[in-house]
Amino acid sequence: MSEKPLAPAIEGWHTMTAKPHLIGTQCAACGTYFFPKQSQYCKNPGCDSTDFREVELSRTGQVWSYTNACYQPPEPFVAPDPFEPYTIAAVQLEKEEMVVLGQVVKGVDVDDLEVGMTMELVLEPLHETDDDIKVSWKWQPVAS
Amino acid sequence: MSNEIAILGAGMHPWGKWGHNFVQYGVAAAREALADAGVPWQDVSFVSGGATVRCGYPGYVAGATFAQALGWQGAEVNTSYAACASGSQALAAARNKILAGECDVALVVGADTTPKGFLAPAKGYRPEDPDWVRFYLGITNPTYFALYARRRMDLYGDTLEDFAAVKVKNSRIGSKNPRARYRKCFTAEDVAASAMVADPLRLMDICATSDGGAALIVSSLDYARKIGKGDAPRVAAISTVTPTFASGVVEMPDIATDSAAADGVEARSFRSTLPLKAYEEAGIGPEDVDLAEVYDLSTALELDWIEDLRLAPRGEAAALLRNGDTSLGGRIPVNVSGGLACFGEAVPAQALAQVCELTWQLRGEAGDRQVEGAKVGITANQGLFGHGSSVIVRT
Ligand SMILES: [Zn+2]
Repeated sequence: MSEKPLAPAIEGWHTMTAKPHLIGTQCAACGTYFFPKQSQYCKNPGCDSTDFREVELSRTGQVWSYTNACYQPPEPFVAPDPFEPYTIAAVQLEKEEMVVLGQVVKGVDVDDLEVGMTMELVLEPLHETDDDIKVSWKWQPVAS
Repeated sequence: MSNEIAILGAGMHPWGKWGHNFVQYGVAAAREALADAGVPWQDVSFVSGGATVRCGYPGYVAGATFAQALGWQGAEVNTSYAACASGSQALAAARNKILAGECDVALVVGADTTPKGFLAPAKGYRPEDPDWVRFYLGITNPTYFALYARRRMDLYGDTLEDFAAVKVKNSRIGSKNPRARYRKCFTAEDVAASAMVADPLRLMDICATSDGGAALIVSSLDYARKIGKGDAPRVAAISTVTPTFASGVVEMPDIATDSAAADGVEARSFRSTLPLKAYEEAGIGPEDVDLAEVYDLSTALELDWIEDLRLAPRGEAAALLRNGDTSLGGRIPVNVSGGLACFGEAVPAQALAQVCELTWQLRGEAGDRQVEGAKVGITANQGLFGHGSSVIVRT
């Protein structure tokens, strides 16, 4: 990897810290969490609040399910040449009671995963541009 | 029984990759349905079309497009778009018109011409579009199907052999359906030899997209009796309900589920709640169903649907499959049309194609695919953004 600066692939969706968090919102009235952020209307049918606070979501959770991508997705995905398959996990966040998808860090295969396993959020490069290296959130098994 | 309508005719243009204008498929399906019903086109006073979003403006106003192609005759028109449930919503619009006494006979029709390869989202930096986000992060349609499939394996002990057996079953029965696109009988070895797409799903576990067209002629029960078709199969229920918050299963194209953290909110599965309204409306239960046409976007998803329709307890669909219960001649045959495995998905036509199959089955006209003594059939399908449908047809 080059000496280019790191930049989030999607601006404002996660912190850029060593122990990163996804950035969501929480409804101030009913407590529902939103990721991606929602700050205009609450999707809980029993709530019409327009008051939201930005929150950092739990950075660990349990595997709900997992798979991989053996074929190159279409744009806007930016693929390395040649394409390298990657693993994907759906992770259940306990406090937020929601499931968040993401790639799994390089080097972890579907054979290394199982439903219920604890994962943590990390940042890893997604692709490189002329100016910077775009990083995104990825899931990584917690060493037990 | 006051909310029932009669299905007088059914028609389909064969599924394939023909590359023609979608209107041509819709007209062919409509003409076949009219001939099947023995109803003159001039007697149809409502044309309800399933929209296609891939074929330009004529597709957005599909109801009018088909009415014009068949020859303007002054009918009222409607167009419904609800992804994979478009056909069912178009059918629901026709049913409402008939039950309101504003129409005796309606044509419901959907057709599509599909592009090659992935259905890619619009370009640019658009993080507000969930479809853009998930493709940017490398999450494709098979990702979701594979997540559901893997969860079945880890929770219920389903195997790759079970998933392959769904494909083998559907290809065997679909080989006898002249309207199906894929008519080759595949073996478990064929499935295992196909390329891995999204572990545990291989190329032959996942459905393709196709061109096709399907149509129904529906009427009031009075009209059906008047033309001597009082015993025609009836639409007994149409469920097009949305999910109920919080939707706890991650669905295309979202990157996350709803949060169920608020008081009084619980995580639910849309697929399992969708058929409940259909059963309630028809006044029957899963034990009354003789056959089901379900949306096998993947082989494993057929097993999920069997449980969502309550044809088997949660986690036991694979046992039904292994036992031959879901095959032709079994206790509850599933996808005797061949399903999406043999058709490939033609979005606005697919929900109607499911009802066409039930119509032929309930009339005893399904030939080599006939489910003996079929009296009640149910469909299930699901598209994006909470669009899904379940239709019950009975004699
Ligand atoms: Zn709220």
